[in-house]
Amino acid sequence: MYPFTLEKPVTVADAAKLAGAGAKPLAGGQTLLASMKLRLSAPEQLADLSGIKELTGIKKDGDTLTIGAMSRHLDVANNADVKAAYPALADLASRIGDRQVRAMGTIGGSVANNDPAACYPSAVLGSGATIVTDKREIAADDFFLGMFTTALEEGELITAFKFPVPKRAHYEKLRQKASHFPLVGVFVTQYDSGVRVAITGAGNGVFRHKGLEDALNKSFTAESAASVKIDSTDLNSDLHATAPYRANLISVLTQRAVTQMLG
Amino acid sequence: MGAPDFANLPHIGESLRRKEDYRFLTGAGNYTDDINLANQTHCIFVRSPHAHATIKSIDIAEALKMPGVVGIFSGKDIEGKMGGLPCGWLINNPDGTPMKEPMHPILAIKKVRYVGDHVAMVVAETVEQAKDAAEAVVVDYDVHQALVSVADAAKKQSGVTLHDEAPDNQCYKWTLGDKAAVDAAFVNAAHVTKLDLVNNRLIPNPIEARVAIGSYSRATEDYVLYVSNQNPHVERLLMTAFVLGLPEHKVRVIAPDVGGGFGSKIYLYAEDVCLTWASKQLNRSIKWTGDRSECFLSDAHGRDHVSHAEMAMDKDGKFLAMRVHTDCNLGAYLSTFSTAVPTILYATLLAGQYTTPQIYVEVDSWFTNTAPVDAYRGAGRPEATYLVERLVTRCAWEMNLGQSEIRARNFITTFPYQTPVALQYDTGDFHTLLNKANELADVAGFPARRSASEAQGKLRGMGYSSYIEACGIAPSNIAGALGARAGLFECGEIRVHPTGSVTVFTGSHSHGQGHETTFAQVVAARLGIPVENVDVVHGDTGRVPFGMGTYGSRSISVGGAAIMKALDKIETKAKKIAAHLMEASDADIEFANGEFTVKGTDKKIPFGQVALTAYVPHNYPLDKLEPGLDETAFYDPTNFTFPAGTYICEVEIDRQTGEVKVDRFTAVDDFGTIINPMIVEGQVHGGLVQGIGQALMENCVYDNETGQLLTGSFMDYAMPRAEDFPQFTLATHSTPCTHNPLGTKGCGEAGAIGSPPAVINAVLDALAPLGVTDFDMPASPHRVWEAMQKGATTAMQQPQSPPLTASTQGRPAV
Repeated sequence: MYPFTLEKPVTVADAAKLAGAGAKPLAGGQTLLASMKLRLSAPEQLADLSGIKELTGIKKDGDTLTIGAMSRHLDVANNADVKAAYPALADLASRIGDRQVRAMGTIGGSVANNDPAACYPSAVLGSGATIVTDKREIAADDFFLGMFTTALEEGELITAFKFPVPKRAHYEKLRQKASHFPLVGVFVTQYDSGVRVAITGAGNGVFRHKGLEDALNKSFTAESAASVKIDSTDLNSDLHATAPYRANLISVLTQRAVTQMLG
Repeated sequence: MGAPDFANLPHIGESLRRKEDYRFLTGAGNYTDDINLANQTHCIFVRSPHAHATIKSIDIAEALKMPGVVGIFSGKDIEGKMGGLPCGWLINNPDGTPMKEPMHPILAIKKVRYVGDHVAMVVAETVEQAKDAAEAVVVDYDVHQALVSVADAAKKQSGVTLHDEAPDNQCYKWTLGDKAAVDAAFVNAAHVTKLDLVNNRLIPNPIEARVAIGSYSRATEDYVLYVSNQNPHVERLLMTAFVLGLPEHKVRVIAPDVGGGFGSKIYLYAEDVCLTWASKQLNRSIKWTGDRSECFLSDAHGRDHVSHAEMAMDKDGKFLAMRVHTDCNLGAYLSTFSTAVPTILYATLLAGQYTTPQIYVEVDSWFTNTAPVDAYRGAGRPEATYLVERLVTRCAWEMNLGQSEIRARNFITTFPYQTPVALQYDTGDFHTLLNKANELADVAGFPARRSASEAQGKLRGMGYSSYIEACGIAPSNIAGALGARAGLFECGEIRVHPTGSVTVFTGSHSHGQGHETTFAQVVAARLGIPVENVDVVHGDTGRVPFGMGTYGSRSISVGGAAIMKALDKIETKAKKIAAHLMEASDADIEFANGEFTVKGTDKKIPFGQVALTAYVPHNYPLDKLEPGLDETAFYDPTNFTFPAGTYICEVEIDRQTGEVKVDRFTAVDDFGTIINPMIVEGQVHGGLVQGIGQALMENCVYDNETGQLLTGSFMDYAMPRAEDFPQFTLATHSTPCTHNPLGTKGCGEAGAIGSPPAVINAVLDALAPLGVTDFDMPASPHRVWEAMQKGATTAMQQPQSPPLTASTQGRPAV
């Protein structure tokens, strides 16, 4: 780890000021600290967000769940409102990484980092959630711009997420055996406005699968999902899986999610 | 005392809790990194980022000016001043010429030959300062084409030469067996079964990375090296005699608590020598704590064989002859025992449990631009077992016999049995092991379980493996004739204290095996004293007589036997003291349950009284007997020991995703006498998860073009987790070893040796309905899915995909 200074702001405004001046926001640190220890990342200043009360808290307001950016995975997994209103989201949070990661990692950190194989981006995109920042609100469809890239501007901080509660939803993933990140994860939701299918792990960042959404909007059955041919052209091929295998997983996991949702 | 009497002593066969676990589990262990010496500095190694390159220059000028820097050394500082790291086993080519032994310098001289090769050492007051300075060392490389895979090396068309001494990169060719007799048997065979297979490369990854501290005393000219190591005496001998040319008595090597090794801490590594040597140059103690990345890059790897095997059978599936060709990867340099692994420790096990009358094997070994490969849990025997047991199961399928049936038809049943590949098995009972496994695995219920799986759209298969292995490599003179450059005995010293408690000094070492308990049980049983009155000292050349350490599941059978020999001497002397005290003749003294008695009388005295008398010799035959009760023995075994067993694995495969679930695993082992069943069970569990890990997920992959290690962290190298396994069904059946005083055979590696073929045979059994007949490890989901689509896996283990540019799989953004 290279030397750095640590600031611990207590308001979003102070944190934004620091971030605007070049400090790296530190949320749960599950990616950032590991990369700093390996000397792969060398911020000169960290702004630790853990002391900012405004960034915490989970509340349900009508059909919207608002989750503070610094909510840890286990907070979301164990929150009574989330479990009751949006069990698929609680389930996803309960299966991220391992116990240590869930005790430290935050939803804001995960989404801001936008690892192409992270779980949370699929829930945010699959829910059509709104990302609330210190400056504005951003629709999920406009937020994720590919691997480790988001619509966040330099110094802009996520403060909360507004999740519209779906009629039903389910998250299916197959873990890569080494990292336990999803080799492919599929988050399927059904709203009055239609079905959303968000895929993580398979491509250059989380994405929605229009073919699956169209088919499931026509007929919300596993067979309908199975009838969609998944194009593997733009999918990842690496040490752990070929693109055709990932395409197969997108299909299989979507079918399974739909089956689960149909109970 | 002989094995049958020993097995009946109290404490033998008792699952006593491990004495060492209190300190291990409460953070009170004393590992090398826990030790800090006065005047200590820290070292960071500058490692090669290239697989194959010439070092044009190393500029340390800027680095030397960095804060806290104490010294920086590179190849030019050691060139001509010391030897290279030695290889401990000489293998000769069939024409009698010796293997190629290129120099293995402790810091690269002129060339680097694998990613992670040690180029320079940077010593500074703190670790961070050393890291900073290491980054400021500028190395100018002329990068060459790399030779990575053993299959490519064997083709001899790469145009790459790693070492001038071996222009075609071959270290040696080695053969064993009667080729003419084997070829003749094949001519008359009713059926020949052929098999190509790959034994995938593994990275050991003990929990504790390698750590060492070198120190030097200007006052006494003594060196002390603390190092996480399995055999400190061997480390010292190789370092002093072959590399540094130091007098052995001036060097003390201490390996305190060691957090795992699996073989990877047997070897003399460059880092250990660098620290020792540089501690005198700088007159400072120097500590190096390897990080996990260095474990992946620079610990000796395991396996990495490509083989072709053929079995000739008669019409009834009786084995007539077997022939095998293996190409093995030695990596860039010869690690300490690397050359023995694919030869002496591999080919000699190819008879397995079977009466195959003739076997011929050829081994070609190759240098490549990868980390050195050496013994890893099982060392040659897993490679042999994987080949034999995969082949035997394929024989069964091609002959329309069951996996159990073909094994039973070919089992060796009379002992001693001389195999056609040099070994002589002393004892065993293979039918009972197989029958017990069949029963415990509920083989009869398999068809119903398969139907149930099919009803859920899943495939189910069952795989067998009947392994035999050889532990306690020996005897020294025969091994010497076969090329060993070290002895293979063990030492044991029993020091009885005046009040009757005992300290045992053993040349074996523990890197997790629980010797402090098992060895204490042996001594307590023999002397009739409480186990807690016995402590074990190991891992320190300054305290323990010269011993060979722990590897090859040898500790109880060789180290324990040395302790038994020392106990024999203790008993003999103590009887003389007792005879004197009870005014009887030596011959009339009997010793049992901690008491000396006089035959035919009610006279008795306890062991403690004899111990006290030995050190307070007031009433003592000083004219005939020395005071004291402290005896040392060295034991050199007359033969290997031969643990054996049958493993049955049952897998269920998801047809849609290719996921393999090990649903049942049954292991029935013959370890001879068992001293602590709980510890043995733990060893079997550990071995099984390593073997099943290899079969299902572990896989070391280098980029075939660049030689970069693609599986350089736990993000990409899949270590098995507890959730990947079912509850194992374990049982033992003992036929005691006939040639050591305990009857033990060793249990540390069996699980890792026997399990991989059981898993892959089960996978193939499950995939058979889809026409899949070939499958190479690991059975990871995408490889199984691919096999289901294509009918086979890709032949090679290196999934030739571009490096992880498309997905970081969570790797931090740079």
